[in-house]
Amino acid sequence: MIALLIRDLRLAIRAGGGFGLGLAFFLILAVLVPLGVGPEPAVLAAIAPGVLWVGALLACLLSLDRIFALDWEDGSLDLLATAPIPLEGVVTIKAMAHWITTGLPLVLAAPVLGVLLNLPPEAFGWLVISLLLGTPALSVIGTFGAALTVGLKRGGLLLSLLVLPLYIPTLVFGAELVSRGAAGLPIQTALALLAGITAGSVAILPFASAAVIRINLR
Amino acid sequence: MIPELGRYATEVLSAYVVSLALLGGIVAWYWLRARAARSQLDQVEQRQERNE
Amino acid sequence: MSSFWEYANPRKFMQTTDWLLPVVAWSAVVVTATGLIWGFFFTPDDFRQGSTVKIIFLHVPSALMAINAWIMMLVASLVWVVRRHHVSALAAKAAAPVGLIMTMIALFTGAVWGQPMWGTWWAWDPRLTSFLILFLLYLGYIALWAAIEDPDTGADLTAVLCLVGTVFALLSRYAAFFWSQGLHQGASLSLQSGTRVDWAYKAPLYVSMAGFALIFVALVLAGTRTEIRNRRMKALVARERMA
Repeated sequence: MIALLIRDLRLAIRAGGGFGLGLAFFLILAVLVPLGVGPEPAVLAAIAPGVLWVGALLACLLSLDRIFALDWEDGSLDLLATAPIPLEGVVTIKAMAHWITTGLPLVLAAPVLGVLLNLPPEAFGWLVISLLLGTPALSVIGTFGAALTVGLKRGGLLLSLLVLPLYIPTLVFGAELVSRGAAGLPIQTALALLAGITAGSVAILPFASAAVIRINLR
Repeated sequence: MIPELGRYATEVLSAYVVSLALLGGIVAWYWLRARAARSQLDQVEQRQERNE
Repeated sequence: MSSFWEYANPRKFMQTTDWLLPVVAWSAVVVTATGLIWGFFFTPDDFRQGSTVKIIFLHVPSALMAINAWIMMLVASLVWVVRRHHVSALAAKAAAPVGLIMTMIALFTGAVWGQPMWGTWWAWDPRLTSFLILFLLYLGYIALWAAIEDPDTGADLTAVLCLVGTVFALLSRYAAFFWSQGLHQGASLSLQSGTRVDWAYKAPLYVSMAGFALIFVALVLAGTRTEIRNRRMKALVARERMA
Protein backbone atom coordinates (compact mmCIF):
# COMPACT_ATOMS: atom_id res chain seq x y z
CA MET A 1 0.00 0.00 0.00
CA ILE A 2 2.85 2.34 0.82
CA ALA A 3 4.45 1.41 -2.48
CA LEU A 4 1.22 2.41 -4.23
CA LEU A 5 1.13 5.71 -2.37
CA ILE A 6 4.74 6.48 -3.35
CA ARG A 7 4.03 5.51 -6.95
CA ASP A 8 0.98 7.79 -7.11
CA LEU A 9 2.88 10.67 -5.54
CA ARG A 10 5.73 10.24 -8.04
CA LEU A 11 3.32 10.16 -10.96
CA ALA A 12 1.50 13.24 -9.72
CA ILE A 13 4.70 15.24 -9.34
CA ARG A 14 6.24 14.05 -12.58
CA ALA A 15 3.43 13.66 -15.09
CA GLY A 16 3.03 17.06 -16.64
CA GLY A 17 1.91 19.62 -14.12
CA GLY A 18 -0.89 17.92 -12.22
CA PHE A 19 1.00 18.94 -9.12
CA GLY A 20 1.06 22.68 -8.54
CA LEU A 21 -1.76 23.39 -10.97
CA GLY A 22 -4.30 23.62 -8.17
CA LEU A 23 -1.95 25.75 -6.15
CA ALA A 24 -1.43 28.18 -9.04
CA PHE A 25 -5.18 28.38 -9.53
CA PHE A 26 -5.65 29.14 -5.84
CA LEU A 27 -3.09 31.94 -6.05
CA ILE A 28 -4.64 33.45 -9.18
CA LEU A 29 -8.08 33.41 -7.57
CA ALA A 30 -6.78 35.22 -4.49
CA VAL A 31 -5.25 37.87 -6.77
CA LEU A 32 -8.29 38.21 -9.01
CA VAL A 33 -10.87 38.63 -6.26
CA PRO A 34 -9.42 41.91 -4.86
CA LEU A 35 -9.02 43.17 -8.42
CA GLY A 36 -12.70 42.47 -9.04
CA VAL A 37 -14.10 43.52 -5.69
CA GLY A 38 -11.89 46.54 -5.04
CA PRO A 39 -9.08 47.10 -2.53
CA GLU A 40 -11.31 48.16 0.40
CA PRO A 41 -9.66 46.37 3.41
CA ALA A 42 -12.89 45.96 5.40
CA VAL A 43 -14.73 44.39 2.46
CA LEU A 44 -11.86 42.01 1.75
CA ALA A 45 -11.59 41.01 5.41
CA ALA A 46 -15.31 40.19 5.45
CA ILE A 47 -15.25 37.97 2.36
CA ALA A 48 -11.77 36.45 2.86
CA PRO A 49 -12.85 33.23 4.65
CA GLY A 50 -15.46 32.45 2.01
CA VAL A 51 -13.18 33.30 -0.91
CA LEU A 52 -10.34 31.19 0.44
CA TRP A 53 -12.63 28.24 1.05
CA VAL A 54 -14.31 28.46 -2.36
CA GLY A 55 -10.85 28.80 -3.91
CA ALA A 56 -9.60 25.68 -2.11
CA LEU A 57 -12.70 23.82 -3.27
CA LEU A 58 -12.25 24.75 -6.92
CA ALA A 59 -8.52 24.11 -6.81
CA CYS A 60 -9.26 20.61 -5.47
CA LEU A 61 -11.75 20.08 -8.27
CA LEU A 62 -9.17 20.83 -10.96
CA SER A 63 -7.03 17.77 -10.38
CA LEU A 64 -9.80 15.28 -9.57
CA ASP A 65 -10.11 13.74 -13.03
CA ARG A 66 -6.44 12.78 -12.88
CA ILE A 67 -6.97 10.47 -9.91
CA PHE A 68 -8.09 7.50 -12.01
CA ALA A 69 -7.80 8.69 -15.62
CA LEU A 70 -4.22 7.53 -16.30
CA ASP A 71 -4.67 4.19 -14.53
CA TRP A 72 -7.90 3.62 -16.44
CA GLU A 73 -6.32 4.35 -19.82
CA ASP A 74 -3.29 2.09 -19.50
CA GLY A 75 -5.21 -0.68 -17.77
CA SER A 76 -3.39 -0.58 -14.44
CA LEU A 77 -6.72 -0.01 -12.73
CA ASP A 78 -7.75 -3.54 -13.73
CA LEU A 79 -4.51 -4.82 -12.22
CA LEU A 80 -5.10 -2.85 -9.03
CA ALA A 81 -8.63 -4.25 -8.80
CA THR A 82 -7.30 -7.81 -8.91
CA ALA A 83 -4.30 -7.05 -6.67
CA PRO A 84 -4.12 -8.62 -3.20
CA ILE A 85 -4.91 -5.33 -1.43
CA PRO A 86 -8.67 -4.60 -1.31
CA LEU A 87 -9.99 -2.04 -3.77
CA GLU A 88 -11.30 0.03 -0.85
CA GLY A 89 -7.68 0.41 0.26
CA VAL A 90 -6.55 1.36 -3.23
CA VAL A 91 -9.22 4.05 -3.37
CA THR A 92 -8.24 5.39 0.04
CA ILE A 93 -4.59 5.54 -1.01
CA LYS A 94 -5.55 7.35 -4.20
CA ALA A 95 -7.53 9.90 -2.20
CA MET A 96 -4.61 10.30 0.19
CA ALA A 97 -2.19 10.89 -2.68
CA HIS A 98 -4.58 13.49 -4.09
CA TRP A 99 -4.76 15.17 -0.71
CA ILE A 100 -0.97 15.25 -0.30
CA THR A 101 -0.44 16.73 -3.76
CA THR A 102 -3.41 19.14 -3.74
CA GLY A 103 -4.95 19.59 -0.31
CA LEU A 104 -1.78 19.91 1.75
CA PRO A 105 -0.16 22.60 -0.46
CA LEU A 106 -3.42 24.55 -0.27
CA VAL A 107 -3.37 24.39 3.52
CA LEU A 108 0.21 25.65 3.57
CA ALA A 109 -0.42 28.40 1.01
CA ALA A 110 -3.68 29.63 2.53
CA PRO A 111 -2.13 31.87 5.25
CA VAL A 112 -0.05 33.69 2.63
CA LEU A 113 -3.13 34.32 0.54
CA GLY A 114 -4.94 35.33 3.71
CA VAL A 115 -2.49 38.23 3.94
CA LEU A 116 -3.37 39.25 0.39
CA LEU A 117 -7.06 39.22 1.30
CA ASN A 118 -6.56 41.13 4.55
CA LEU A 119 -7.79 38.28 6.73
CA PRO A 120 -8.04 39.35 10.40
CA PRO A 121 -5.03 38.09 12.41
CA GLU A 122 -7.17 36.01 14.80
CA ALA A 123 -8.50 34.02 11.87
CA PHE A 124 -5.21 32.65 10.52
CA GLY A 125 -5.05 29.77 12.98
CA TRP A 126 -8.65 28.82 12.29
CA LEU A 127 -8.10 29.06 8.54
CA VAL A 128 -5.27 26.52 8.69
CA ILE A 129 -7.16 24.27 11.10
CA SER A 130 -10.37 24.35 9.06
CA LEU A 131 -8.54 23.60 5.81
CA LEU A 132 -6.49 20.88 7.48
CA LEU A 133 -9.69 19.28 8.76
CA GLY A 134 -11.79 19.92 5.65
CA THR A 135 -9.57 19.20 2.66
CA PRO A 136 -9.32 15.42 3.33
CA ALA A 137 -13.11 15.32 2.95
CA LEU A 138 -12.79 17.21 -0.34
CA SER A 139 -10.30 14.64 -1.62
CA VAL A 140 -12.38 11.65 -0.53
CA ILE A 141 -15.63 13.04 -1.95
CA GLY A 142 -13.77 13.99 -5.13
CA THR A 143 -12.40 10.47 -5.44
CA PHE A 144 -15.96 9.20 -5.35
CA GLY A 145 -16.90 11.60 -8.15
CA ALA A 146 -13.82 10.62 -10.14
CA ALA A 147 -14.73 6.95 -9.70
CA LEU A 148 -18.25 7.62 -11.01
CA THR A 149 -17.02 9.31 -14.17
CA VAL A 150 -13.89 7.23 -14.79
CA GLY A 151 -15.09 5.45 -17.91
CA LEU A 152 -16.55 8.52 -19.61
CA LYS A 153 -14.91 10.34 -22.48
CA ARG A 154 -15.93 13.86 -21.49
CA GLY A 155 -16.22 13.35 -17.77
CA GLY A 156 -14.67 16.62 -16.64
CA LEU A 157 -17.71 18.87 -16.66
CA LEU A 158 -19.98 16.12 -15.39
CA LEU A 159 -17.49 15.51 -12.58
CA SER A 160 -17.83 19.11 -11.37
CA LEU A 161 -21.60 18.96 -11.60
CA LEU A 162 -21.66 15.77 -9.50
CA VAL A 163 -19.04 16.74 -6.95
CA LEU A 164 -19.79 20.40 -6.22
CA PRO A 165 -23.20 19.80 -4.57
CA LEU A 166 -21.55 17.17 -2.38
CA TYR A 167 -18.95 19.74 -1.30
CA ILE A 168 -21.57 22.10 0.13
CA PRO A 169 -21.63 20.86 3.75
CA THR A 170 -17.84 20.94 4.00
CA LEU A 171 -17.74 24.42 2.50
CA VAL A 172 -20.43 25.77 4.81
CA PHE A 173 -18.88 24.48 8.02
CA GLY A 174 -15.31 25.26 6.94
CA ALA A 175 -15.99 28.87 5.97
CA GLU A 176 -18.25 29.31 8.99
CA LEU A 177 -15.49 28.09 11.28
CA VAL A 178 -13.05 30.68 9.88
CA SER A 179 -15.47 33.61 10.02
CA ARG A 180 -16.57 32.70 13.54
CA GLY A 181 -12.94 32.42 14.58
CA ALA A 182 -12.29 35.82 13.02
CA ALA A 183 -15.20 37.38 14.88
CA GLY A 184 -14.27 35.73 18.17
CA LEU A 185 -17.54 33.79 18.36
CA PRO A 186 -17.82 30.26 19.80
CA ILE A 187 -16.53 27.76 17.23
CA GLN A 188 -17.12 24.36 18.86
CA THR A 189 -20.21 23.42 16.80
CA ALA A 190 -18.66 24.26 13.44
CA LEU A 191 -15.39 22.59 14.42
CA ALA A 192 -17.09 19.41 15.59
CA LEU A 193 -19.37 19.23 12.53
CA LEU A 194 -16.51 19.84 10.08
CA ALA A 195 -14.42 17.14 11.74
CA GLY A 196 -17.49 14.89 11.79
CA ILE A 197 -18.11 15.29 8.06
CA THR A 198 -14.48 14.54 7.28
CA ALA A 199 -14.37 11.51 9.57
CA GLY A 200 -17.66 10.20 8.17
CA SER A 201 -16.62 10.70 4.56
CA VAL A 202 -13.23 9.08 5.06
CA ALA A 203 -14.85 6.13 6.82
CA ILE A 204 -17.74 5.47 4.42
CA LEU A 205 -17.08 6.91 0.97
CA PRO A 206 -14.14 4.61 0.03
CA PHE A 207 -16.63 1.72 0.08
CA ALA A 208 -18.92 3.59 -2.30
CA SER A 209 -15.98 4.55 -4.55
CA ALA A 210 -14.69 0.98 -4.64
CA ALA A 211 -18.17 -0.33 -5.47
CA VAL A 212 -18.46 2.21 -8.28
CA ILE A 213 -15.05 1.24 -9.69
CA ARG A 214 -16.05 -2.44 -9.68
CA ILE A 215 -19.19 -1.54 -11.63
CA ASN A 216 -17.16 0.51 -14.11
CA LEU A 217 -14.63 -2.28 -14.63
CA ARG A 218 -17.31 -4.91 -15.23
CA MET B 1 -63.67 36.10 -15.83
CA ILE B 2 -60.38 36.51 -13.98
CA PRO B 3 -60.93 37.38 -10.32
CA GLU B 4 -59.81 40.71 -8.90
CA LEU B 5 -56.20 40.13 -7.90
CA GLY B 6 -55.41 43.59 -6.60
CA ARG B 7 -51.89 44.88 -6.85
CA TYR B 8 -50.30 41.46 -6.90
CA ALA B 9 -51.90 40.45 -10.20
CA THR B 10 -48.59 40.15 -12.06
CA GLU B 11 -47.02 37.91 -9.45
CA VAL B 12 -49.97 35.56 -9.11
CA LEU B 13 -50.63 35.33 -12.84
CA SER B 14 -46.97 34.79 -13.71
CA ALA B 15 -46.69 32.07 -11.05
CA TYR B 16 -49.66 30.23 -12.56
CA VAL B 17 -48.64 30.76 -16.17
CA VAL B 18 -45.02 29.67 -15.70
CA SER B 19 -45.90 26.68 -13.53
CA LEU B 20 -48.52 25.44 -15.96
CA ALA B 21 -46.12 25.99 -18.84
CA LEU B 22 -43.44 23.93 -17.08
CA LEU B 23 -45.91 21.15 -16.30
CA GLY B 24 -47.27 21.28 -19.84
CA GLY B 25 -43.74 21.17 -21.19
CA ILE B 26 -42.74 18.02 -19.36
CA VAL B 27 -46.07 16.34 -20.11
CA ALA B 28 -45.62 17.11 -23.82
CA TRP B 29 -42.01 15.90 -23.73
CA TYR B 30 -42.94 12.60 -22.05
CA TRP B 31 -45.86 12.22 -24.48
CA LEU B 32 -43.71 12.75 -27.57
CA ARG B 33 -41.01 10.43 -26.30
CA ALA B 34 -43.60 7.75 -25.53
CA ARG B 35 -45.06 8.07 -29.02
CA ALA B 36 -41.65 7.89 -30.68
CA ALA B 37 -40.64 4.85 -28.64
CA ARG B 38 -43.91 3.07 -29.44
CA SER B 39 -43.73 3.65 -33.17
CA GLN B 40 -40.06 2.72 -33.41
CA LEU B 41 -40.60 -0.47 -31.45
CA ASP B 42 -43.57 -1.38 -33.65
CA GLN B 43 -41.42 -0.88 -36.75
CA VAL B 44 -38.62 -3.07 -35.47
CA GLU B 45 -41.02 -5.78 -34.33
CA GLN B 46 -42.81 -5.86 -37.68
CA ARG B 47 -39.53 -6.02 -39.56
CA GLN B 48 -38.39 -8.96 -37.44
CA GLU B 49 -41.68 -10.83 -37.92
CA ARG B 50 -41.31 -10.49 -41.67
CA ASN B 51 -37.80 -11.84 -41.55
CA GLU B 52 -38.72 -14.91 -39.55
CA MET C 1 -52.33 -14.33 -4.42
CA SER C 2 -50.22 -12.09 -6.62
CA SER C 3 -47.20 -10.45 -5.08
CA PHE C 4 -46.05 -6.87 -5.50
CA TRP C 5 -42.83 -8.12 -7.07
CA GLU C 6 -44.73 -9.44 -10.10
CA TYR C 7 -44.77 -5.86 -11.35
CA ALA C 8 -40.98 -6.06 -11.57
CA ASN C 9 -41.56 -8.21 -14.65
CA PRO C 10 -41.55 -5.76 -17.57
CA ARG C 11 -44.27 -7.64 -19.45
CA LYS C 12 -46.57 -7.66 -16.43
CA PHE C 13 -45.77 -4.01 -15.81
CA MET C 14 -46.65 -3.09 -19.39
CA GLN C 15 -49.90 -5.07 -19.25
CA THR C 16 -51.00 -3.43 -16.02
CA THR C 17 -50.00 0.11 -16.89
CA ASP C 18 -51.71 -0.27 -20.25
CA TRP C 19 -55.05 0.34 -18.56
CA LEU C 20 -53.74 1.97 -15.37
CA LEU C 21 -51.88 4.84 -17.06
CA PRO C 22 -54.93 6.41 -18.80
CA VAL C 23 -56.89 6.16 -15.54
CA VAL C 24 -54.14 7.86 -13.52
CA ALA C 25 -53.43 10.43 -16.24
CA TRP C 26 -57.04 11.52 -16.61
CA SER C 27 -57.65 11.63 -12.89
CA ALA C 28 -54.45 13.71 -12.57
CA VAL C 29 -55.83 16.20 -15.08
CA VAL C 30 -59.25 16.34 -13.42
CA VAL C 31 -57.99 16.57 -9.83
CA THR C 32 -55.26 19.13 -10.57
CA ALA C 33 -57.64 21.26 -12.62
CA THR C 34 -60.20 21.10 -9.81
CA GLY C 35 -57.66 22.09 -7.18
CA LEU C 36 -56.10 24.90 -9.17
CA ILE C 37 -59.36 26.35 -10.49
CA TRP C 38 -60.86 26.19 -7.02
CA GLY C 39 -57.75 27.79 -5.60
CA PHE C 40 -57.43 30.46 -8.26
CA PHE C 41 -61.05 31.53 -8.70
CA PHE C 42 -62.90 30.63 -5.53
CA THR C 43 -60.67 31.44 -2.60
CA PRO C 44 -60.81 34.77 -0.72
CA ASP C 45 -57.77 37.05 -0.52
CA ASP C 46 -55.75 36.83 2.65
CA PHE C 47 -56.01 39.94 4.80
CA ARG C 48 -52.24 40.31 4.98
CA GLN C 49 -50.89 38.60 1.86
CA GLY C 50 -53.64 39.74 -0.51
CA SER C 51 -54.08 37.65 -3.63
CA THR C 52 -50.54 36.21 -3.44
CA VAL C 53 -51.92 33.58 -1.10
CA LYS C 54 -53.26 31.88 -4.24
CA ILE C 55 -49.67 30.92 -5.13
CA ILE C 56 -49.74 28.42 -2.26
CA PHE C 57 -51.77 26.01 -4.42
CA LEU C 58 -48.77 25.67 -6.73
CA HIS C 59 -45.92 26.23 -4.31
CA VAL C 60 -46.68 23.72 -1.57
CA PRO C 61 -47.72 20.77 -3.79
CA SER C 62 -44.72 21.19 -6.10
CA ALA C 63 -42.31 21.50 -3.18
CA LEU C 64 -43.84 18.40 -1.62
CA MET C 65 -43.50 16.42 -4.84
CA ALA C 66 -39.96 17.68 -5.41
CA ILE C 67 -38.92 16.01 -2.17
CA ASN C 68 -41.15 12.96 -2.60
CA ALA C 69 -39.77 12.37 -6.09
CA TRP C 70 -36.27 12.14 -4.67
CA ILE C 71 -37.46 9.77 -1.93
CA MET C 72 -39.15 7.64 -4.57
CA MET C 73 -35.91 7.58 -6.59
CA LEU C 74 -34.02 6.55 -3.46
CA VAL C 75 -36.43 3.66 -2.77
CA ALA C 76 -36.40 2.58 -6.42
CA SER C 77 -32.58 2.70 -6.47
CA LEU C 78 -32.42 0.55 -3.34
CA VAL C 79 -34.83 -1.95 -4.86
CA TRP C 80 -32.62 -2.08 -7.95
CA VAL C 81 -29.44 -2.53 -5.93
CA VAL C 82 -30.91 -5.23 -3.71
CA ARG C 83 -33.24 -7.15 -6.04
CA ARG C 84 -31.96 -6.21 -9.52
CA HIS C 85 -35.39 -5.43 -10.98
CA HIS C 86 -34.92 -3.44 -14.15
CA VAL C 87 -38.32 -1.76 -13.96
CA SER C 88 -37.27 -0.24 -10.66
CA ALA C 89 -34.11 1.33 -12.09
CA LEU C 90 -36.02 2.64 -15.09
CA ALA C 91 -38.72 4.11 -12.84
CA ALA C 92 -36.02 6.01 -10.92
CA LYS C 93 -34.66 7.29 -14.22
CA ALA C 94 -38.13 8.38 -15.35
CA ALA C 95 -38.83 10.15 -12.05
CA ALA C 96 -35.79 12.44 -12.10
CA PRO C 97 -36.91 14.95 -14.78
CA VAL C 98 -40.32 15.20 -13.10
CA GLY C 99 -38.64 15.96 -9.79
CA LEU C 100 -36.48 18.55 -11.52
CA ILE C 101 -39.53 20.30 -12.96
CA MET C 102 -41.28 20.20 -9.59
CA THR C 103 -38.20 21.79 -7.98
CA MET C 104 -38.20 24.48 -10.66
CA ILE C 105 -41.88 25.23 -10.06
CA ALA C 106 -41.33 25.40 -6.31
CA LEU C 107 -38.35 27.73 -6.73
CA PHE C 108 -40.10 29.98 -9.25
CA THR C 109 -43.39 30.29 -7.38
CA GLY C 110 -41.41 30.87 -4.20
CA ALA C 111 -39.48 33.70 -5.86
CA VAL C 112 -42.56 35.49 -7.17
CA TRP C 113 -44.25 34.99 -3.82
CA GLY C 114 -41.23 36.19 -1.89
CA GLN C 115 -40.91 39.36 -3.93
CA PRO C 116 -44.03 41.11 -2.60
CA MET C 117 -43.98 39.41 0.83
CA TRP C 118 -40.33 39.68 1.84
CA GLY C 119 -39.34 42.38 -0.65
CA THR C 120 -36.84 40.15 -2.42
CA TRP C 121 -36.89 37.50 -5.14
CA TRP C 122 -34.30 35.41 -3.50
CA ALA C 123 -32.89 35.15 -0.02
CA TRP C 124 -30.25 32.74 1.19
CA ASP C 125 -32.76 31.21 3.49
CA PRO C 126 -32.19 27.58 4.61
CA ARG C 127 -35.25 26.20 2.87
CA LEU C 128 -34.55 28.03 -0.37
CA THR C 129 -30.92 27.00 -0.26
CA SER C 130 -31.85 23.37 0.36
CA PHE C 131 -34.10 23.45 -2.68
CA LEU C 132 -31.36 24.92 -4.82
CA ILE C 133 -29.07 22.09 -3.69
CA LEU C 134 -31.80 19.57 -4.48
CA PHE C 135 -32.06 21.14 -7.93
CA LEU C 136 -28.31 20.66 -8.48
CA LEU C 137 -28.53 17.05 -7.30
CA TYR C 138 -31.32 16.34 -9.79
CA LEU C 139 -29.21 17.91 -12.56
CA GLY C 140 -26.20 15.77 -11.66
CA TYR C 141 -28.31 12.60 -11.48
CA ILE C 142 -29.91 13.22 -14.88
CA ALA C 143 -26.57 14.17 -16.44
CA LEU C 144 -24.96 10.95 -15.16
CA TRP C 145 -27.78 8.85 -16.62
CA ALA C 146 -27.40 10.65 -19.93
CA ALA C 147 -23.63 10.23 -20.02
CA ILE C 148 -23.43 6.43 -19.63
CA GLU C 149 -24.22 4.21 -22.57
CA ASP C 150 -24.55 0.79 -20.98
CA PRO C 151 -27.97 0.76 -19.26
CA ASP C 152 -27.04 -1.60 -16.40
CA THR C 153 -23.87 0.32 -15.56
CA GLY C 154 -25.88 3.53 -15.68
CA ALA C 155 -28.49 2.10 -13.34
CA ASP C 156 -25.84 0.97 -10.86
CA LEU C 157 -23.85 4.20 -10.89
CA THR C 158 -26.89 6.45 -10.60
CA ALA C 159 -28.22 4.29 -7.78
CA VAL C 160 -25.00 4.78 -5.81
CA LEU C 161 -25.07 8.51 -6.61
CA CYS C 162 -28.66 8.67 -5.36
CA LEU C 163 -27.73 7.02 -2.06
CA VAL C 164 -24.65 9.20 -1.48
CA GLY C 165 -26.51 12.28 -2.70
CA THR C 166 -29.30 11.65 -0.18
CA VAL C 167 -26.82 11.61 2.70
CA PHE C 168 -25.19 14.82 1.51
CA ALA C 169 -28.56 16.47 0.83
CA LEU C 170 -29.53 15.86 4.45
CA LEU C 171 -26.16 17.16 5.63
CA SER C 172 -26.53 20.25 3.42
CA ARG C 173 -29.97 20.89 4.78
CA TYR C 174 -28.61 20.77 8.29
CA ALA C 175 -25.67 22.94 7.25
CA ALA C 176 -28.02 25.49 5.68
CA PHE C 177 -30.04 25.76 8.88
CA PHE C 178 -26.85 26.16 10.88
CA TRP C 179 -25.60 28.81 8.48
CA SER C 180 -28.55 31.15 8.37
CA GLN C 181 -31.78 31.60 10.24
CA GLY C 182 -34.43 32.04 7.62
CA LEU C 183 -37.27 34.24 6.57
CA HIS C 184 -39.36 31.29 5.51
CA GLN C 185 -42.46 30.56 7.52
CA GLY C 186 -42.62 27.17 9.19
CA ALA C 187 -44.58 24.35 7.64
CA SER C 188 -47.98 25.80 6.91
CA LEU C 189 -49.66 22.42 7.20
CA SER C 190 -48.80 20.32 10.18
CA LEU C 191 -50.67 17.62 11.97
CA GLN C 192 -50.55 19.12 15.45
CA SER C 193 -51.94 22.57 14.78
CA GLY C 194 -54.70 22.25 12.25
CA THR C 195 -55.91 25.77 12.66
CA ARG C 196 -52.98 27.68 11.21
CA VAL C 197 -54.33 27.71 7.68
CA ASP C 198 -58.03 28.23 7.24
CA TRP C 199 -60.15 25.46 5.69
CA ALA C 200 -61.07 27.80 2.83
CA TYR C 201 -57.45 27.40 1.71
CA LYS C 202 -56.77 23.95 3.07
CA ALA C 203 -59.43 22.12 1.07
CA PRO C 204 -58.26 23.27 -2.39
CA LEU C 205 -54.66 22.88 -1.23
CA TYR C 206 -55.21 19.21 -0.40
CA VAL C 207 -56.91 18.74 -3.76
CA SER C 208 -53.97 20.25 -5.65
CA MET C 209 -51.53 18.20 -3.59
CA ALA C 210 -53.39 15.06 -4.63
CA GLY C 211 -53.42 16.37 -8.19
CA PHE C 212 -49.66 16.96 -8.27
CA ALA C 213 -49.07 13.51 -6.78
CA LEU C 214 -51.23 11.99 -9.54
CA ILE C 215 -49.33 13.98 -12.19
CA PHE C 216 -46.10 12.61 -10.80
CA VAL C 217 -47.35 9.02 -10.81
CA ALA C 218 -48.74 9.34 -14.33
CA LEU C 219 -45.52 10.82 -15.70
CA VAL C 220 -43.37 8.20 -13.97
CA LEU C 221 -45.54 5.39 -15.36
CA ALA C 222 -45.42 6.89 -18.85
CA GLY C 223 -41.68 7.49 -18.64
CA THR C 224 -41.01 3.97 -17.39
CA ARG C 225 -43.07 2.52 -20.25
CA THR C 226 -40.99 4.55 -22.71
CA GLU C 227 -37.76 3.34 -21.13
CA ILE C 228 -38.90 -0.29 -21.23
CA ARG C 229 -39.84 0.07 -24.91
CA ASN C 230 -36.50 1.70 -25.70
CA ARG C 231 -34.62 -1.11 -23.99
CA ARG C 232 -36.63 -3.77 -25.77
CA MET C 233 -35.98 -2.04 -29.06
CA LYS C 234 -32.25 -1.91 -28.39
CA ALA C 235 -32.26 -5.61 -27.58
CA LEU C 236 -34.16 -6.43 -30.79
CA VAL C 237 -31.83 -4.33 -32.93
CA ALA C 238 -28.83 -5.97 -31.31
CA ARG C 239 -30.30 -9.41 -32.06
CA GLU C 240 -30.88 -8.34 -35.65
CA ARG C 241 -27.24 -7.42 -36.02
CA MET C 242 -26.12 -10.72 -34.54
CA ALA C 243 -28.25 -12.72 -36.99
